[in-house]
Amino acid sequence: MFIKMIPEIGHFALVIALLMAIVQAIMPLVGAATRRPLWMAYGRPMATGQFFFVAIAYICLTTSYMLDDFSVANVANNSNSLLPWYYKFSAVWGNHEGSVLLWSLMLAGWGYAASVFSGDLPRDMVARVQGVMGMVCVGFLLFILMTSNPFERLLPNMPQDGADLNPLLQDFGLIVHPPMLYMGYVGFSVVFAFAIAALLGGRLDAAWTRWARPWTNLAWAFLTVGIALGSWWAYYELGWGGWWFWDPVENASLLPWLTGTALMHSLAVTEKRGSFKSWSVLLAISTFSLSLLGTFLVRSGVLTSVHAFANDPSRGFFILMLLTITVTLSLLVFALRAPRVSHKVGFNWLSRDSLLLINNILLVIMTVTVLLGTVYPLILDSMGLGKISVGPPYFNALFVPLTVVMCIFMGLGPMARWKGMAAGELVRKLWLAGAASLVLGAAAPLLYSGEWDLWVALGIISALWIVLPMARDLFDKTRHASSFVAGLRKLSLAYWGMVLGHVGIAVTIVGVAIVSNYNIERNVRMSPGTMVEVAGYQFTMTELTSRRGPNFLADTSIIQVQRGESGRSFVMRPEKRLYLATGMPMTQVALRPGLFRDLYVAMGEDLEDGSYAMRIQYKPFVRWLWLGGLLMAFGGILAVIDKRYRRVTARSTAPATAGQVSSKEATA
Amino acid sequence: MTPKRKQKLFVILGLVSLTAIAVGLTLYALRANINLFFSPVQIAQGNAPIERQIRAGGMVKEGSVYRDRESLDVEFTVTDYVDDLNVYYSGILPDLFREGQGVVVVGELQADGRFRADKVLARHDENYMPPEVAQALEEAGYSPADFQAKAAKVGERLEQQGVPHASEY
Repeated sequence: MFIKMIPEIGHFALVIALLMAIVQAIMPLVGAATRRPLWMAYGRPMATGQFFFVAIAYICLTTSYMLDDFSVANVANNSNSLLPWYYKFSAVWGNHEGSVLLWSLMLAGWGYAASVFSGDLPRDMVARVQGVMGMVCVGFLLFILMTSNPFERLLPNMPQDGADLNPLLQDFGLIVHPPMLYMGYVGFSVVFAFAIAALLGGRLDAAWTRWARPWTNLAWAFLTVGIALGSWWAYYELGWGGWWFWDPVENASLLPWLTGTALMHSLAVTEKRGSFKSWSVLLAISTFSLSLLGTFLVRSGVLTSVHAFANDPSRGFFILMLLTITVTLSLLVFALRAPRVSHKVGFNWLSRDSLLLINNILLVIMTVTVLLGTVYPLILDSMGLGKISVGPPYFNALFVPLTVVMCIFMGLGPMARWKGMAAGELVRKLWLAGAASLVLGAAAPLLYSGEWDLWVALGIISALWIVLPMARDLFDKTRHASSFVAGLRKLSLAYWGMVLGHVGIAVTIVGVAIVSNYNIERNVRMSPGTMVEVAGYQFTMTELTSRRGPNFLADTSIIQVQRGESGRSFVMRPEKRLYLATGMPMTQVALRPGLFRDLYVAMGEDLEDGSYAMRIQYKPFVRWLWLGGLLMAFGGILAVIDKRYRRVTARSTAPATAGQVSSKEATA
Repeated sequence: MTPKRKQKLFVILGLVSLTAIAVGLTLYALRANINLFFSPVQIAQGNAPIERQIRAGGMVKEGSVYRDRESLDVEFTVTDYVDDLNVYYSGILPDLFREGQGVVVVGELQADGRFRADKVLARHDENYMPPEVAQALEEAGYSPADFQAKAAKVGERLEQQGVPHASEY
């Protein structure tokens, strides 16, 4: 009896969560405005309760998936009794309704975390943060309940078995990529809430920045990992070895990443120097708005893409309204409350302040160009001006040169002093690193394959120009310590975070430059006995067999690979699968990964005379792309756990509870 | 001018010129890289430019797929059931490429009226006809519903013949 009611329990829990979110959206904000501690104190219990009930709803949906309850429409459409349990578990977010539920769960989770770790902030600030979070939650819970209820039943005619999860999604990538990406997207809602709360309270001070920075870094780290995982997944899953397609949905995740990166840097200036305040707030608003825009693009079905699930115009309309309301309201608050009298914080042309300003401008320009290329076709289409598409050449033509310019300033930034410095000092510090990166970078392509390529050289010069000055800086910073290790120990975690973040970018740039230009691809017709040589590796198809998996049938090629005449040999087994429940074919790539090269074999189509079309690729340095992403994210996390912020958190627990007690006393 | 004002002036000038360069580059890149969509009926009417990258689409015509025995060259006909377009391509076709199914090809129309595809994209659509094609038919003065029904009928029939059903194994 109880088990049969699970979906209804989940649905009911969502309704309770919505009610709590409404209370959370109203009471603390009104309380903060009218200075009523009791009303302000509503925030935390409501945030906790809301997280609890959304979690219950989420667990209910997962249980329905695990128990193969095909009377639930969502389960029937996206799962199958033959599906392995871990895919049933992740199939929950492999569809529209479930992914919005996961999104809401994370939103409630971030809201809860913000209420737990915000004890040290003034009480009205906490109340406002929770109020804003509450509003965002109301929006998303309403969205679920009104347009995308995951608990809808198919009664009394329930199907015998489910329609199965899209074969493209039956992969490890589905388990890790969406949760990470959503954590990033949703994490920026906390930063957004902090920004709006600071505007409302008129408290745009250094304390605010110290609070906003760790949240920004954390959300940014998640988003970085999410994007890197998405790229890695597309690389091996879609079967043709691309790692970034400038697909509108990818762009949608890149946009908040770009403004989020700008935000991290501008917050650094705001904390250290007290300038760029309004700019930081504006970036926080844009970042969250772009996260919402991303949701709109993915969830509304205006795009045709691997990410587009079932389309329903009412959903698109709802999110568009949500986006419009968010942007309008927050810009209104910004216009009314942004600090009028800007601090007279002067800085010289040659200073870290101005270099970070240039970094911000460049990032915003990148954001605008990507945004334009992404929404231009949509706008033209909606105005009836024809169906066009904007291809990768557009994005490459703009993004690549902008990145190169950005790298020039990334080399200078960490070396410059705040406020101002003499040009001679900067030159003295940097000339060696600059000369070395020019010479080494220009020579590196020669070492690699003897075939010089301008773009590879530019990429490596840029990467070295980011890394070498920092190495010099590390050397300078440790020179005066008693020993090198002692000197390293003295450096703050936040500094290491910055170093890792920048090294991560450099590593990614090296990967992009090399794999884009030295990638070797051959499409060939192969039958048992055929031998093909690619980049010094001999690929011989020895056998073409078939096998049966848990829910698919597969044609498997067995390919013997040997390096040169006498090198080690190994076997690769690419597959062409046919998923039984959906009748959908799928390419399962065979990969031989390595730090300096990947071998990539994919089966194309059956040519019906005992041979197969095969795609064989040699991809040098492709792993560096994602390795760089992981380094960046790790850097972000290091910056979060820096002592500076930890001290505040440790101190915070005591007064927070005291504050609660006093507010309870006040009610008594 | 005081140094502070001078600094402000430089900031503003810098910002304006950077924005101008960015917008200019963006618009240039957009103009050079947008791909317009044409359906066979529009191409037959001579609306599509020759030897410029465009997208074309329709359904893969029944029995029109011809593969070279030696290489990966393939030819097929894309139709919207009003007009046909001959397409040639060299490489691997996507998993969902099948007769009677919707397909979008990216490439250049040649002077002889054939289409050289650089990229073939297939997508299973429950209506069998990509929405762009239906719209193109409507603009060319046909009633898309009739052709959509026809596409669906052909598509369903071919799908039943072509895709082995699970129980056959």
